[in-house]
Amino acid sequence: MRTGWRMFDYHFYWSIVWAKFPMLLDGALLTIQITVLSVVLGLLAAIPLALWRRNGKGTLALFAGAWIESARNTPALFQIYMAYFGLGALGLHLSSYTALLIAIIFNNAGYLAEVLRGGLEGVAPQQAPAARSLGMNAFQSFTYVIFPQLFRIIFFPFVNQVNWALLNTSLGMMIGLRELTGATQMAQAESFRTFEFFLVAAGMYYVIAKIISLGALTAAWRIFRD
Amino acid sequence: MQFSLTPYAGLQWSDLWFILEGGLSTILLSVVSGAAGTILGCALGWLRERSPVFSWLMAFPVDVVRSVPLIIQFILVNSLFSALGVPLDPLQVGLLTLSLYMGMQTSELVRAGIRAVPVQLQKAGRSLGMTGWQVERCITVPLVLRTMLPAWIGTLIGLTKDTALVSVVGYIELLRAAQIVITRSNEALLILLGVGLFYFVICYPISKYGRWLEQRI
Repeated sequence: MRTGWRMFDYHFYWSIVWAKFPMLLDGALLTIQITVLSVVLGLLAAIPLALWRRNGKGTLALFAGAWIESARNTPALFQIYMAYFGLGALGLHLSSYTALLIAIIFNNAGYLAEVLRGGLEGVAPQQAPAARSLGMNAFQSFTYVIFPQLFRIIFFPFVNQVNWALLNTSLGMMIGLRELTGATQMAQAESFRTFEFFLVAAGMYYVIAKIISLGALTAAWRIFRD
Repeated sequence: MQFSLTPYAGLQWSDLWFILEGGLSTILLSVVSGAAGTILGCALGWLRERSPVFSWLMAFPVDVVRSVPLIIQFILVNSLFSALGVPLDPLQVGLLTLSLYMGMQTSELVRAGIRAVPVQLQKAGRSLGMTGWQVERCITVPLVLRTMLPAWIGTLIGLTKDTALVSVVGYIELLRAAQIVITRSNEALLILLGVGLFYFVICYPISKYGRWLEQRI
């Protein structure tokens, strides 16, 4: 039975994709989960990295520099292989889920640390002493004076990184994880309707990416209007 | 899995050559698609900024390329051409996809660069008697090139790292070559570290230079 429209000599069989759609949906949920976790944990790791690197001296600065530069100057897929095969060779066998998560946290932390550092450099250095001279303590000067300015600078680069994290989770397929791309790969393996399956997956990524950017724009509009 | 039947064997010199060949493939992919993508991106970016219709037409493709994982783009290009009855070999799929990808990214940079040129400069050029083309060639283009250079370098580094994904359609570049040798020899850590160093040695100096330029401009 042929369903769908004709293009050249190729017949699109969408019904096969819809039959497997729950599998793709599960994959999409896993993708979203890894994206969110990796961004949150990556941000947590990025804060000390940015501060140590800003300090510029000592072992901690060296450590932060090594982390940031290797995260930014090697392919994400390499970082994933390192977590999966490399740590495995050291006797630390991680599941593909943990390996992917750790590698993307590593990657996010490297990029976000630079975003934070750029943000901190963008806030004029006189602001903190000025706030302190008004009688604010260190905590108050950070939350009421520094942070609002920092937030404006880092907001869109941060959202950009969330999008990169989403795209990077697709590499889970290469180590056999069933996130959206891996699940699609699995689902199409019986029918070899590769084109239809990945077209649907592409659409799903597009929708997730759009939700992220629309959410960010709405948040920015609510926060930054004044 | 062409090596799965070979019994475990230690690393050999031939493995090093195999991996180095993969490294050459990585460089080939980066250089060719970097050049093709840049030319395409400059043309696209200029057209998008100067023609509202073209800009409207290109908005969706550019958006898609930037929000769908590259790995899926490779698979789609590969299976699209198979579906059309003209299958491409893995190198062609890699070069085509990466060039388009680079082109889309570069076109965004060119657009941002053109917008950063103050309109007054172009008007001043016209009032000096320059033609529209002369203004583009002598005023807009040099300024755009200057402003977009650091970001373009960043994109180029991204492209070099992204060549690692061509392995999904079966092309043997550096990382895939390494993985094949790892499967056979079981020396994961040593080989991976070597390969990581290869990427780092290429990307780090260029990104350092990019950051230096950014601060200078």
